[in-house]
This record gives sequence, structure tokens and C-alpha cells, in this order.
Amino acid sequence: MSQNFIYFLWDCLQYFINGIAQGSLYAMVALGYTMVYGIIRLVNFAHGEFLMIGAMCGFYALRANLPMPAAILVAMLSSGLIAIIVERVVYRPIRKSGRIPALITAIGTSLFFQYFGQLVFGADPKTIPPFIEEKIFNLGEINVSNVQIAIFCITLFVLLFLFWLTHYTKVGKAMRAVSYNLPAAELMGINTNKIISFTFFLGAALAGLGGMLMGYTMSVEPMMGMNLGTKAFVAAVVGGIGIIPGAALGGFIIGIAENLVAGLYKSSLRDAVSFFILILILLVKPSGILGKNMKEKV
Amino acid sequence: MGYYHGILLLVGIFITLTLSLNLINGFCGQFSLGHAGFWGAGAYASAVYSVFYAFPLPAPINMLIAIAVGFIAAAICGLIIGVPCLRLRGDYLAIATLGFGEIVRISIMNTEMVGGPRGFINIPHWANIWWVYGVAFVIALFMFNLKRSAFGRAIISIREDEIAAENMGVNLFNSKLFSFTIGAGIAGMAGALFAHTQQFLHPSNFNFMWSVIILVMVILGGQGSVTGSIIGAVILTIVPEALRYAGGTVAEWRMTIFPVLLIILMMAKPEGLFGAHEISFRKRSEG
Amino acid sequence: MKLKGLPHKFLACLLTLIISNSLYSAETLKVGVVSPITGATATFGQENVNGIKLAYEKIKKAGGKKFDLIIEDDKSDAIESTTATRKLINIDKISAMIGEPTSSLALASAPIVQEAKIPFITPTATNAKVTQVGDYISRACFTDDFQGVVMAKFAINTLKKKKGLVLIENTSDYSKGLAKSFTDEFLKMGGKMASTEELTYAAKDTDFQSLMRKVKRANPDFIFVPGYYVEVGLIIKQARALGINVPFLGGDGWDSPKLFEIAGPAVKGSYISNHFAPDDKDPVVQNFVKDYKKVYGVNPGGFAALGYDALGIMNAAIQKAKSTKPADINAALVATKDYPGVTGKITFDANRNPKKAAVVLEAKETGFVFHTKVNP
Repeated sequence: MSQNFIYFLWDCLQYFINGIAQGSLYAMVALGYTMVYGIIRLVNFAHGEFLMIGAMCGFYALRANLPMPAAILVAMLSSGLIAIIVERVVYRPIRKSGRIPALITAIGTSLFFQYFGQLVFGADPKTIPPFIEEKIFNLGEINVSNVQIAIFCITLFVLLFLFWLTHYTKVGKAMRAVSYNLPAAELMGINTNKIISFTFFLGAALAGLGGMLMGYTMSVEPMMGMNLGTKAFVAAVVGGIGIIPGAALGGFIIGIAENLVAGLYKSSLRDAVSFFILILILLVKPSGILGKNMKEKV
Repeated sequence: MGYYHGILLLVGIFITLTLSLNLINGFCGQFSLGHAGFWGAGAYASAVYSVFYAFPLPAPINMLIAIAVGFIAAAICGLIIGVPCLRLRGDYLAIATLGFGEIVRISIMNTEMVGGPRGFINIPHWANIWWVYGVAFVIALFMFNLKRSAFGRAIISIREDEIAAENMGVNLFNSKLFSFTIGAGIAGMAGALFAHTQQFLHPSNFNFMWSVIILVMVILGGQGSVTGSIIGAVILTIVPEALRYAGGTVAEWRMTIFPVLLIILMMAKPEGLFGAHEISFRKRSEG
Repeated sequence: MKLKGLPHKFLACLLTLIISNSLYSAETLKVGVVSPITGATATFGQENVNGIKLAYEKIKKAGGKKFDLIIEDDKSDAIESTTATRKLINIDKISAMIGEPTSSLALASAPIVQEAKIPFITPTATNAKVTQVGDYISRACFTDDFQGVVMAKFAINTLKKKKGLVLIENTSDYSKGLAKSFTDEFLKMGGKMASTEELTYAAKDTDFQSLMRKVKRANPDFIFVPGYYVEVGLIIKQARALGINVPFLGGDGWDSPKLFEIAGPAVKGSYISNHFAPDDKDPVVQNFVKDYKKVYGVNPGGFAALGYDALGIMNAAIQKAKSTKPADINAALVATKDYPGVTGKITFDANRNPKKAAVVLEAKETGFVFHTKVNP
């Protein structure tokens, strides 16, 4: 085997590893999208901006010399809080108007936060350090950083937590009930509004967490949510929108594919990868890899 | 070219653009979020013709050819996207079209021949206000008549209720594909006009944000209303520009006010200014 | 649907606003500025405008012909840029314009300004094509062609390194242009590329591990990265973490205090070409840095310095011009000779590009320090 080919194999492994780490970030953000969609069938375009606000608040918390764990908490709480406010003030009144007005409202909210963020936070990119001291392990031709391992573990933990939440707690069961059939859930005595608010909070908090964990690899600026949010959304769709493990699966797939293409070919095509995968899935299995086909009844 | 002249040109181009999206979203009810991709494809294709392959013909004829090139290029994109994606419903179609719009933009960004990130400069100034408004007028007329034709009503019935329409014998797929392809092609024509009045193209002109802006123009006017699209395009080109004059602080907040207005619109009047109707001069007898 | 009175009133108000603005007397001389204050390139626009405003305050206090400064935001968008430019020319009737900081935005508005025969100077657009638009278009900064040559000469003559590697950001025209001018000169002077593969990355990339491994295998003596500070910072950090210890070279896109935040101590020992050095002992520079720090609280970067110089050069032309007519201002502008700018003594050549020195800065722990001045 030629030396170049061996390098190639090692490179692929490296891209794979990077992809898993990146994918964890996408997965965390995708979870928020998928949970909200699952519960009120809304594609929350502003989800990326919830992440951005959380990351910004985390940045200011760090600047105020709070320790990293506290800053992460601040980020999660601010994302969650903003999500609850937006849901209450903007999305709830629109819910009765139909899918398209809701979608457009979400787009408007997203744009608002981006531009408002530029005026309030300033357009210049901010930097956050990695949440733990980064140590890179050189294993011959590949490198793994402890941050990558930690992110992956945290994501797994979050997934397990969500599984436990949705299957073994009352709140979780209520969430599932509302996502199956909102009117019926209401009739069964579930406070649907509260459940919806809670879902928003949870999804956004996870996004805020993801932002803080991976924030050191990107510039934290008001427009950061756009790109990240779109890819996470694609991840949710690929895995099966509305399905929690689907979001994680989708996240990892997108992360790995992006890194393979960027590494093996041109990294300027990175952004196109997620869309290609999206189109592919929509053609082959629109409900997503783990999704169930729902036929529309007359 | 004067300031007002420049704005009027933009208004005219956006009228055509809004009408083209209305055909897809408003008439046919297919929620497309990648429309700027068609606009861009048409703009760049026509510019490539003009700059690299133009025949030595008088400018008006060349402009006609450029418009045709823009139309065909965009329509082909519409076909490529439509055939696989039109089987999808609602949200999924929206995402797929968003994806395609981005793919078009990224492809342009990576194509050295059209300047990539630097932008495409020195496009000949073949179009003028007569071209822009001429095309807008023709397209508006086309849409008016389409709406009242049998085929047009078939398309609209798809928006109202797909399953019922199918049961009434409407070939869903063909009608959707028609709207999509023609809608894309018309956007391509607007692109050609844009290229030959601005004389400069940049991939950032055709990103998702612009797809959203065109969409808002359609929604504001009212999906399915030709007059609505025209009014929507006019308002949303002029008002953000006028806000520039509203004094220092307001001008700074211009970009924030625009989405807020959008949200308020959705809360107060989601069907838009004209709903699905046209402006009517007949007195209606009130009960 | 009946049209109520509201839209009519609204339109009337709009028209009044617009008309009253254009009736505003065109007696005072006006200089327009179009810059991205919001949007994707807002950091550059805001810095440019900071420098411009500082210069304006100083100019107002001095004697001579007065003018108003009108600043428009182009939201980093080409269409906005052309609309704002037209507004300034047709409505405000400006006699001169300070243009956008980035080459693509400048290329959008320059043709309009050229057609209207208004003198135009861009503070920081470095692409050669900008001034080729016409004889009313000039710039305050050196071109990418010059920068590339400077760094190539530095690598070979000063660092004495002959085997190098170039990392190009292929979503940036600036990066591609600078890479090309560097490579051409470097090869001409006898240098060699350590790899035949073209190594690229894209804007907003965050992981350069695989790129770095290719670099490591090629084993160059130095690495030239003509990109922007965000990606460059990450590249250098990751390179050092992989054990790549050769010096990095770059261009003015590195110029930001954030570079040091992102890269940390890894950036020590790198060199860049830039427009000015804040620690340059020249009193012109020191006064500027002091004034800037007093008003804005931070040290000025290259973008601020060039914004400051751009308005300064235009002002000098206005004062020297035979009359307040744009044509006369332009005549004085293109004849600018030895203007004492913060970024060097500026003289325009036949293409209205300044013949001026570039500075090579060395990166230390927390910032750039002046290393050498390279004359054209």
C-alpha cells in the first residue's frame, strides 16, 4: 500500500473523529428544533438566534469573571428565558393563524434578533475559550482533543437524560401526548401551554449549552445563529423531524459528511453538503431516517 | 443614473420577482424558500451570455436574448428542483427549496469564471426603465389572465385543497411543475434585467435573506393577488429606503424595524393587504 | 377591499420627507461616506468610520474650506451600496466620496461615482480592479499586488527562507489576489513551494487539523496565510498544537487585537505586512493613536488609520482645489504628493494608487510591534 493511501485512510479517520465532535454540536441544536416541531409543528427559524443570545450572555458572564460552569449556566438560562418570552409574546398568538404565518413570524423573529444583536452586542466577533483546558492527544497520524471527547460524552448524556425525561416522567409523557394530539391532550387535562413553554425552554437551553461548549471553535457574533441553525435544522429533518434520537443521528451524519467533504475536497463546499444530504433524504425518505410516514387523510 | 431612477428600477424588478414567486406560492400554494436562487441563476446566466458570448447585434435584440437566456436558465433550475421535490408537502418543500437556493448561491461563489466572491463586473448596460416596466407589465397581464383561465383556476384549486383538486381531475404533478418552472423562469427574467441595470452581480445578492424579502413582498400583498404582489413589491422596496431619512437613530434601527413590521403584519393581517383578491372598482352592495 | 385614508396619508408623508430633503440647500460643500456599519462586514465599516469621524473633528477645528460629512450605511450589501451612493450623489449632491472598505462593495459603487464624475477614495479596498474603474477612483491603501511583493521580499531577503507554503481562503477574493501576488514574486526571486497541491480553506472554517497535517508533511520553512484574523488565529493555534514551529507570514487581514485573543501565545514570531504600526515613533502616528484612544478607548487598527487618512487626503485636495467643483477637487486629488498620512507619506501614481511604504510588523505576546519599513 502506498504511503499516500495510508495517509488518506488516517485522514478519513481524523475527519470522522472531527465529524463526531462537530456533529455533537449540531445534534444539541437540532434537538431544540425537533422538540419544538414535534410539539407544535413549527419550524422555529429563530432557534439559531436563541443559541446566539445564550452564547453572548455566556461571553459576558465570562468577562465578568464568572467561572466557566457558571457561565454555561447563565448561557443556558438566558437562551431558555428568551425562548419562553418569544413563545409567549410572538408564537402563541400566531398559532391559530396557520402554518405559513407562523413560519414567517419565526423568520421575522430570527432577523430581528440578528440585527438587534448587531446594534446591542456590536458586530465584532467575540471569542470564548474552550470549556475545559484543551489537551490534544497525538496518536500518530491523528489527533483527538479532550474537548472533543467531552462534548461527545455530554451529548450522549443529554440524550439519555431526554430519553428518561420523555419516557419516565410525567412532564415527558405530557410532552409526548401534546405532540401526538394537542386537542386530545388538552381534553385530558394537560396544561398544553405550560408544556409548550417548557419544551421551548428545554430546547433553547440545550442550544445555549452547545454554543458554550463549541463556542471556542467559532466566532461568537450576532449572525452566528443563521448558519448553525440552518444546518441543525437540516440535521433534524434528516434524522426525522419531531423524533429526538433522530435529531442526534442527523447531527452526527451531517457533522461527519461535512468534515469528509471539507477535508477530502474543498472546504468552501462545506455548507453545500448539508443541503445535498437534505435533498437526498427528502427524495428517498422525506420523513427522515427514523421517521414514520404519516399519510394525509381526506 | 439618478437616485430615484435607481429606486424605480429596483421597484420594477421586484414587481416581476414578486409576481413570479406569487405564481408558485400564491397561486399554486407551494411554499418555496429558495426563490433568490432562481433570480441569481437567471442573472448570472444572462450576464455570462452578455459578457462572454454576445452576438454582434444591436443592444435591444441582445437584451431580448439575454432575457431569454435568463428565463431558460432559471426555468431549467426550476425543473431540476421541481421534479424531485414537488412530491413533498408544505414544510418539507420549503426546506428543500431553501437548500437548493443555497446550493445555487454556493456554486456561483465557487465559480471563478463569474468572479466568485469578487463579484461579476462590467455587465453591459442594456436594460433601462422601459425594459424593466415593460416586462413587469407583460408578466402582470399574463398573471391576470392566467388567474381567470381554466388552467389558472386548476392551479389555484391545488392551493385550496390538493386532494379535492386531484379528485376533480387536475393533474397535480404537471400543474405544480408548470407553476414552479414558469415561476422560476420569470424570476430569471427579472435576474437578467437586474444584471443589465446594476451592471454588477455578487453572490450575496442571492442569499436566503433575499428569498425571505421576496417572500414577504408576496405575503404582504396577499398570496394569489396580482395587485397585491405589485403593491407589496412597491412598499417593501420604498419603505426601507425611506426609513433612511427618518433621522439618525431610526435609520440605524432600520434593519430591526423591518422584521418587527413583518411580525406585526402576521399578527394583525396574515392574509396580506389584498388577500387573494384584486383591486376592484365595482361598488359592492353592503348588506 | 376598500382603501382607507391611511395609505394615502402615509404616502403623502413619505413624499414630503423626500422632497424636503432634496430642497435642502446645496450651498454647503458635502462629502459623502458609504460604509458597512451593519451586516457581515460591519467590523471593517465601523472601524473605517471611526477613523473618518476622528479626522473630521480635527478638520472642523482647522481653518479653510468647510464641508459637511454625510455617512450612509450600506449594510454590507451591494444593492444598498449602489442605492446609498446614488442618494448621496443625486439627493445630497456630494462633491466627493469616501468609499467602502471592501473591494467587492467598492466595485459596486465605483462605476456610479465614476459616471457622475465625483472624486472617490476608498480607504482600504486593496483589489487592483477598483482604481481601474476610472480616473475619479483612488485609494488610500496600497494594493494587494504590492503587499504580496513586500512579504515575498521579506521572506527571502530578511528571513532567508526559500521553501514556503501558501494557505488560501478561497471564499475571499482578497486572499486569492494576495496569495497570487506573493507566489508570483516569491517564485520569481527563486523561492520554491513546498507542495504542489493548492491548499485552501473557507471563511468560517474552524477546524484545520487535516490542512495542518498536509502542511506538516510538506515540511516548509515558513507558511504564508493571506487571510483574515479569525481563521488565521485558529490556524496558527492548531498548527502549533500539532508541532509546526516555523514562522507564519501574513497580510493586513490579520490586523486585529482579536487575533491575539484567538491564537494566544502561538502567534508570537509571525510577521505581517500592514498599513501602519501603532508604536511607530513618528509623531504623526503617535498623535493619531493618542487622539483615537482618547475618543474610542482602544488602540486604532489599520482600518481606522486608513479611514483617517482617506478623509485627510480628500480634505487636503478640497483645500488645494481651484474651486468647489468636483472636477477641480479630483484634479487636486490625483495630484496628491507627499501627503503626511498616519499610514505613511502618500503620493498617487498614474493609476491613483498610493506609492507608499508598507510596514512589516512582528507579532509579540500581546500585539504587533514595528519591525521594518519597506519602501516601494
